[in-house]
Amino acid sequence: MVRYIIRRLLQAIPLLFIISIMIFILLQSSGDPLATMGGRRTTRPEDRARLSRIMGLDQPIYLQYVYWLIGNDWVQIDVDNDGTPDTYGQRKGVLRGDFGNSLVNRGKTALELINERLPNTLVLMIPAEIIILFFSLVVGIYSALRQYSLTDQLITTGSFIGFSMPIFFVALASMYIFAVNFRKWGLPYLPTVGMFDPKVGKTFGQVATHMILPIFSMSLVSISGYSRFVRSQMLEVISQDYIRTAYAKGLSERMVLIGHALKNAAIPFVTLVGIDIPFLLGGAVITETIFGWPGMGRLFIDHLTRYDTPVVMGILMLISLAVVICQLLTDIVYGWLDPRIRYN
Amino acid sequence: METNVTKTNIPAISEVEKPPLLLSQLVFLRFKRHKMAVAGVFILILMICYAIGGTFFKTEAFSLVTDTSIRLNAPSSVHLFGTDAVGRDILARTIYGGQISLLIGLIAMILEVIVGVLIGAIAGYYGGILDSILMRFTEAMLNIPQIPLLLVLGKMLSDKISPISLFGRQFSGSVIVIIAVIGLTSWMGLARIVRANFLSLREQEFVTAARCTGTKNRSIIFEHILPNTMAPIIVSATLAVANAIISEAYVSFLGVGVMPPTATWGNMLNGAYNYIESAPWLWIFPGSLIVLTVLSINFIGDGLRDALDPRALTQAE
Amino acid sequence: MGALLEVKNLKVQFNTLEGVVQAVNGVSFIVEKGKTLGIVGESGCGKSVTVLSVMRLIAEPPGKISSGEVLFEGKDLLKIDKIHMQNIRGQEIAMVFQDPMTSLNPVLTIGKQISEAIIVHQHVSNEEAFKQTVNLLELVGIPQAEARYNDFPHQFSGGMRQRVMIAMGLSCNPSLLIADEPTTSLDVTIQAQIVELTKSLQSKFGMSVIWITHDLGVIAEIADRVIVMYAGYIVEEADVFSIFENPVHPYTLSLLKSLPRVDSRRYERLAIIPGSPPDCIHMPAGCPFMVRCGFAIERCGVENPLLEIVEDDHKAACWVDVKNGRAE
Repeated sequence: MVRYIIRRLLQAIPLLFIISIMIFILLQSSGDPLATMGGRRTTRPEDRARLSRIMGLDQPIYLQYVYWLIGNDWVQIDVDNDGTPDTYGQRKGVLRGDFGNSLVNRGKTALELINERLPNTLVLMIPAEIIILFFSLVVGIYSALRQYSLTDQLITTGSFIGFSMPIFFVALASMYIFAVNFRKWGLPYLPTVGMFDPKVGKTFGQVATHMILPIFSMSLVSISGYSRFVRSQMLEVISQDYIRTAYAKGLSERMVLIGHALKNAAIPFVTLVGIDIPFLLGGAVITETIFGWPGMGRLFIDHLTRYDTPVVMGILMLISLAVVICQLLTDIVYGWLDPRIRYN
Repeated sequence: METNVTKTNIPAISEVEKPPLLLSQLVFLRFKRHKMAVAGVFILILMICYAIGGTFFKTEAFSLVTDTSIRLNAPSSVHLFGTDAVGRDILARTIYGGQISLLIGLIAMILEVIVGVLIGAIAGYYGGILDSILMRFTEAMLNIPQIPLLLVLGKMLSDKISPISLFGRQFSGSVIVIIAVIGLTSWMGLARIVRANFLSLREQEFVTAARCTGTKNRSIIFEHILPNTMAPIIVSATLAVANAIISEAYVSFLGVGVMPPTATWGNMLNGAYNYIESAPWLWIFPGSLIVLTVLSINFIGDGLRDALDPRALTQAE
Repeated sequence: MGALLEVKNLKVQFNTLEGVVQAVNGVSFIVEKGKTLGIVGESGCGKSVTVLSVMRLIAEPPGKISSGEVLFEGKDLLKIDKIHMQNIRGQEIAMVFQDPMTSLNPVLTIGKQISEAIIVHQHVSNEEAFKQTVNLLELVGIPQAEARYNDFPHQFSGGMRQRVMIAMGLSCNPSLLIADEPTTSLDVTIQAQIVELTKSLQSKFGMSVIWITHDLGVIAEIADRVIVMYAGYIVEEADVFSIFENPVHPYTLSLLKSLPRVDSRRYERLAIIPGSPPDCIHMPAGCPFMVRCGFAIERCGVENPLLEIVEDDHKAACWVDVKNGRAE
């Protein structure tokens, strides 16, 4: 098991390198960081040249990548271009936790900006994921056990429609129904935008009520997709011989389902969920934008539209890192659930 | 025991059997049994008629007219679907936007299939180092979340290409960018399926036979193996159209996709959430069109998957 | 000795897309206490469905027990409630399945899979269940039983897995053990071991056994009484000696001829039964075996023969007196 984890870790490292190179090349060819820094003012040519030397933009792209990765505090820079090096570089590089400074928010590092927003995203994502997992399992298993019944057919059709829905449509529709129309009809209605009402302040109740609609929109689509998967996995498992053996032993239906079927059905489900979790962060861009939620998704789109490369790059790298880590965790859980993997 | 004793009353077995059906007939029969898939075909045809037939009632120029004096007007007899934030007619824009959205779905799918099949086929057929390089690349692409990647690429490139004319219409160059970006970021799943099928098929005897007769690799890949792995490709391609339409809607919705004035169902929704209270028609019409289209394509894909399932095809009908 | 299990006129059908499959068509038999009943037939002849119906393990839908009685110690198992049936399964009637690879849950240890039945039926503590399980594993001949308690099915060989299955079946000391082709997927030498094991355990615990197989060689070794099934019907029933010495039905006859014999001459080819069993959806009007039968007469195509007493305790369903070569 330990060797298995180490092997997976060693495989993850080159993967992260490939990803970082791809993202780096992609982003370096976009926008003009100097223009972004200057804001509305036009920068003088000699300042541009000086800045680009400080930032290392005059170097070939592979060197820029090296500086981004491990920093340039070991390189001397000739800032005024007079032939003698004046100073050492200041960047520490991603490997030492330096993603660079934000070009838009002067004086803040990209990591600081991300750290400010990440908790807000997690506050939204963790409850959402719990709700998604719980309901997908319940709905999927129920539907599988009542295969071909009316309820099963309703659930199957409903989940098919649900999983074909773009998340923004669900978000807009739920906002329209539960916030706009409920207020019109004099019913208790839900807030639509932001994390809390500024007049009340950031209380637990405020944040909780503001979370309902975003979580509902995200969960509906995911639950639809996952419950279909759980249903088909359960159907596959309960048709297996060992389930018949379990019944032949005289176990009750509940014991067979929970003790025998669920563990087998959970193995592929864990894999799917483990791969998907970090992608929720990507999906958060849309949910957070619609609901004005001050999370990482909003940060991403705001800074992308202003070409703030270090922040965008940082977020992309963090998500990719999350993907790789989640895959690793998935593999470990997988090995723990499935003895056939563990002992090979 | 001899078999030729008293066979008088024995019915010939062949009488009971019906003549075998062609594969395509069988697939069609099975598809027809899938009611939702048939409904999907019907809805999709309606959508296409809407986007194409609508041009006879509203001109494209009309869909582009801005008039702030009638901005955010509710649906009325003049503007059946209302007007948007700069006073454009939403009905006309859903017609011309529909053309673009469907076009993006279709062409991005073709691009995705070409890239996915090529990479999967080459990796699966040649194997070895080529396979591991291509698969590492595929894996890396899969590990970058698609929506942020689409947004980055869309933002970087959407204003880089000048407008183009096609079918007598003027498109924003960003349409081409979005098609390319969607096509080039969604081929990985298909490539993996194709590779897996090639890996198993290349070991089979008909491939060995083709090799022995000196058939060129290219011909083996495209004429011998590829036709045997069409079923999953057809299903993936169908679903890819729906995914491309949704992806376009996502990026355009966030304002980094297809640039106005060219309308798509997606970019008509851009900023609609700011008027959620005052002008719900801004999102209800284009949003519903997207949902209907995507849903119908997904149903068709589901029906095709069942109809083309090789396990089901081997059974007698 | 009296009857432990009596099945009367059991009929089972399956509703499929293509139509209704009549899997079991009015089967009746008796299992006596301490005796072994062998059920022989080709795959798809309804032997497994018959015993699965006794256990009420037929999936409904698509399956349906359309009529009949299954009297176990006088109670009709088809009429009792779910909870009652759960108490009988595993405790009174246990079952060993054909493929020990797929019949054991791959993600649970074999110890857990055996002990859970003990805990459910005997309401004992975990420690007690552990002790009993280790005893059982030793009993069925698994070396280092205690150490292997926490192993998973894939760590055992095919024969060992089947021993685990048998241990599981014996765990609550059942009065009836149903073995559904338990040796089919095993090597010949292992087959013999499993048969010997079952016989010794049977004499030790005095249980009855239903042994299903398509292998007449195994039947000869283990069964007291034999029923031969074809297309959901019992076509012949007799004690094991009569079946081998004095077969009456043409199907039994051809089964015996297709059995290799040590004393046969080398150039003598094994007989094959031409054709395949009938489609159970469109069952022919007359005798289901007629198409493949070398003795068929005209009446066979019109009327299906019933199971009738031929002599003493020997029953068969055939219009033709095979031995004397003429119609009865």
